[in-house]
Amino acid sequence: MNNGEILIIDDEVQIRKLLEITLQSNDFVVKEAGTGKEGLLMAANHSPDLIILDLGLPDESGHSILKKLREWYSKSIIILSVQSSEEDIVKALDNGANDYLIKPFRTGELLARIRSSLRHNGTEENTSLIDCDDLQIDLTARIVKKSNEIIKLTGTEYTLLALFAKNEGKVLTHQYLLKQVWGPGHINESQYLRVYIAQLRKKIENNPNRPIHLITESGVGYRFVGKS
Amino acid sequence: MLFDIFPVLLSALLSALIWDFFFIPPHFTLHIGSTEDVIMLLMYFVIASVNAVLTYKIRQIAKVARDEEEKANAVKLYNILFNSLSHELRTPISTIIGASDNLLNDRNKISERNKQELIHEISQAALRLNKQVENLLNMSRLESGFIQPKKDWCDVHELVHSVINQLDDVLKNHTVIATFSDKLPLFKLDFGLMQQVLNNLISNAATYTPDGSTITIHAGINKSSSVEKFTLNIEDSGRGFPETEIEKVFEKFYRLKDSKTGGTGLGLSIVKGFIEAHGGTIILTNVPEGGAKFTIEIPSETSYLNSQKDE
Repeated sequence: MNNGEILIIDDEVQIRKLLEITLQSNDFVVKEAGTGKEGLLMAANHSPDLIILDLGLPDESGHSILKKLREWYSKSIIILSVQSSEEDIVKALDNGANDYLIKPFRTGELLARIRSSLRHNGTEENTSLIDCDDLQIDLTARIVKKSNEIIKLTGTEYTLLALFAKNEGKVLTHQYLLKQVWGPGHINESQYLRVYIAQLRKKIENNPNRPIHLITESGVGYRFVGKS
Repeated sequence: MLFDIFPVLLSALLSALIWDFFFIPPHFTLHIGSTEDVIMLLMYFVIASVNAVLTYKIRQIAKVARDEEEKANAVKLYNILFNSLSHELRTPISTIIGASDNLLNDRNKISERNKQELIHEISQAALRLNKQVENLLNMSRLESGFIQPKKDWCDVHELVHSVINQLDDVLKNHTVIATFSDKLPLFKLDFGLMQQVLNNLISNAATYTPDGSTITIHAGINKSSSVEKFTLNIEDSGRGFPETEIEKVFEKFYRLKDSKTGGTGLGLSIVKGFIEAHGGTIILTNVPEGGAKFTIEIPSETSYLNSQKDE
């Protein structure tokens, strides 16, 4: 069985080898490129289902490769970065990356991110009912149920939760969330976001102090996880 | 330089001339009447000059000695650093090399159980190595003065709980109690740096107190001065620190005598560095019932948006 084709763009042979073994043993077809230029060519020729792109490439910065890819490539791109620099990650996410992983990463995490990214390929917000374990979100009727009981949400809380649910598994940056929910004039007013995240957690999480749905990505944003 | 050779000689010459001018008859001229006086003045001048040169030489020697002492201290510090580092980095590296060598060479001689164990060792060593490298990178970021906290509104409940959740494994034999003052506002802090601070303090407490000990965390606010301050206390029920060493624990590469292996002595100095980058302070005290207590205070803007009524 073949789970899809993945293109790896990374200059480090060891990392490529590791990714290749990990992905092949999980039934993915793997293509590899060692430079940005080669990566762009291979992406155009093979049109893979997902691209794993390293930010520190020798010939051209990963950021600019990402921009060039995004001119025509609409499927998932996951960024690999050694720099644990949050700014770099936020920049890549704002430029259209779907997700990120910081080296050194755990294999389980890598596979989870790939699966979640692949789920989103092609399914552009046409689901109206989002079902995740104990939580159901009906986007047409605007009803949210937890353990089959309707929970009352304010307008803003619902807008925020619906936005998360439509982007299940994906990191949403602080700025993106503020812009989408409160409008472009409020992108620096993160205090609103903090307050509403805390309120949402109290309503949808079993233990708001150990959230399993609304996960904090330190310095970057939040991620909504449906099924654990 | 005030005591360089030329100024010192000049002052010797001037003092001779002044003596001549005021005290050698005829007074108030540089003219000298008797031959005896000429010889005396010359003698004085020679002695003053010799004295000046000697003083200069002695100072020079003292300076060389001081420099050498400083150099010796620097070398000593460097050696401490180097020993601690090479030990902390080499141990996991040797584990990885040794274990993978075994797996590569004598594949048929090793039992399946031992293979699993070797793989587990490699994994543990790599994680340890990663932690040390992270500490070193943080330290060099601090040393270069490169750390600029990116302050943003923080929900301190989220901050404290996120770190406790991260440390689940480390804390499995400890009890952690986190309490918060009522109606705590949002504070402007660097979430990532503060996570590091808490992570280092809590894992320190977990590592150096016996299993079954309690770690108490309290977040609050200090409104006593004109600037509001975010306060954080982390207390454990261990044995506390020896009173004589409390001042030194935040020093780089400082480790308590007979402390467990596995640390570089960087954790607490990174904590202090990150807090000072926020303009805050950290104090270590021993609590009377036994155990150590870290008290952090960071001046910060506040937002009470979160304690207002829902829409």
